[in-house]
Amino acid sequence: MLLPAVLFFAVFALFPMIIAVYYSGLSWNGIGAAKWVGTANWTQAMSDGEAWMALRLTIELMVLSWIFQTPISLLIGVFLAGKQRHRAVLGVFYFVPLLFSSVAIGVTWSYILNPNFGLVDSLLKAVGIGNGTENWLGNVHLAMLVVSMIIAWQFIPFHSLLYQSGAKQIPDSLYEAARIDGAGPWSSFIHITIPQLKYTVVTSSVLILTGSLTYFDLIYVLTNGGPGEATTVLAMDMYKQAFANQNIGLGSVLAVILAVAGIVLSILTLRFTGFHRMESQLEGM
Amino acid sequence: MSTAAPTKYGTEFARTSTIRLPKWYNMFFTFLGLVWLVIAFYPVLYMIMTSFRSEQGYLMGIPWLPTLHPTIQNYTTVLQAGFLHYFLNSVIVSLCTVVLIVGCSILCAYVIVRSKTKTVQTVFNVFLVGLALPIQAAIIPIYILITDLGLYDKLIGIILPSVAFGLPLTILILVNFVRDIPNELYESMGLDGAHDFQILWRLVLPLATPALVSVAIYDFVQAWNNFLFPLVLTESTSSRVMPLAIVSFQGQYTMNVPVTMAAVILSALPLILAYIFGRRWLLRGMFAGFGK
Repeated sequence: MLLPAVLFFAVFALFPMIIAVYYSGLSWNGIGAAKWVGTANWTQAMSDGEAWMALRLTIELMVLSWIFQTPISLLIGVFLAGKQRHRAVLGVFYFVPLLFSSVAIGVTWSYILNPNFGLVDSLLKAVGIGNGTENWLGNVHLAMLVVSMIIAWQFIPFHSLLYQSGAKQIPDSLYEAARIDGAGPWSSFIHITIPQLKYTVVTSSVLILTGSLTYFDLIYVLTNGGPGEATTVLAMDMYKQAFANQNIGLGSVLAVILAVAGIVLSILTLRFTGFHRMESQLEGM
Repeated sequence: MSTAAPTKYGTEFARTSTIRLPKWYNMFFTFLGLVWLVIAFYPVLYMIMTSFRSEQGYLMGIPWLPTLHPTIQNYTTVLQAGFLHYFLNSVIVSLCTVVLIVGCSILCAYVIVRSKTKTVQTVFNVFLVGLALPIQAAIIPIYILITDLGLYDKLIGIILPSVAFGLPLTILILVNFVRDIPNELYESMGLDGAHDFQILWRLVLPLATPALVSVAIYDFVQAWNNFLFPLVLTESTSSRVMPLAIVSFQGQYTMNVPVTMAAVILSALPLILAYIFGRRWLLRGMFAGFGK
């Protein structure tokens, strides 16, 4: 009974993962004869700085994603956990972005931000800010920032749902006790809500970090790694090397770096947060 | 929902469920909530409004207001451009992927819970490690493998690796669920002489139905939106799935934004309908991985 699952997983996931390590030592365009070159791809990737650049941009994306998503999701989650009826109604609309694929979201935002006929530029022009021709995704200094804001727009609904169900589980008696002690809304938010959401913060942060490590679809559609190399994160770089430049070896080097980063991140998560404790906190969601 | 002890303040607490906020405080938060409503929902509204514009109307009109002359022309254009074919491809890929993942996973989860042998536990641990493996890291060998198997540019070529990468999380969730079935139930069925498949069919499946529905929804959404596998493993229009179709519409109708927006709306149709008619189920499914 184990066999079907094991077979699928071994052939189409585990085995390719191991083969990727082997491919990283090949000089191969994917069609012709492959030549074993040992660590040449690795030294090339390390010395010309491309892999470091991709790694740096990936970390930048992870950090920006965390900064944009965590505080807003937390606030929205706590807001939606309130019992007022209009908040529930707002929630219905807040979650709608969850229904669209990364590709759909990427295409839509690329139109919204289009410098020729986009929504944002014409709105800014109408209220008198700028000349209405800012190329948001074509600006080397802005592209990564704008991409991570769009990613935030896509994922904040998901994380605010996590925070909402976390906040709903905080016992009211804690707030009541705080009130007797004379705590105002702000101090009970700081001293009760935030500490009680500790595990939700950890879960959500882990998901943001692992998610942005492998973020590809939306970047492919929005900028294709550009302008220049400004948004060429690891996953993007791997795709470009392997499937646009037909350099299977170099692409595999980047793929292995990606896999190692993913595993290291999971081990750190297990080590420092105790995922098992966290799961029990999430029961009944 | 106060659980406060019946002190002399008890009745008062029962009325105020959370801390009492000053009025301006609530108004301030409602205001912020409305600001976020605009940020979160306006882009979606923009998709819908634009999809009903004519091409000239889009370039001439005010882009942030609804058009005065709505048209369904864009939707007919999209449907005539082979959309139904791509839609059907996506349905086939997603449904096959879900059925295979859930089928393999429930068998696997049953064995992992019921059998305590070392091999079985090792298999479970390997699947747990598999949770950490990113699809992107394995895509190059998968591409070579699928090509060698002669499955390049075929729907089955997308389905097989999608199943493999959907298994770990689905198995983990189902194991957690099957584990909660009381041991006495298994034992009483075992005494009646039922073998594993009968136990699975008559005991585990009925009890695990809510969990199965949740993971099926989760896996469906993943498969429906998956972009990397189709991008790398298919090329012709005959095996094109929805996300790729949107990108090709964008390339084909560069300046005709309304047509692409109509394609975007149609591509999300199954999820939009599910959200309207079964919001609780859909949201629970999307969170399948993070609760029981």
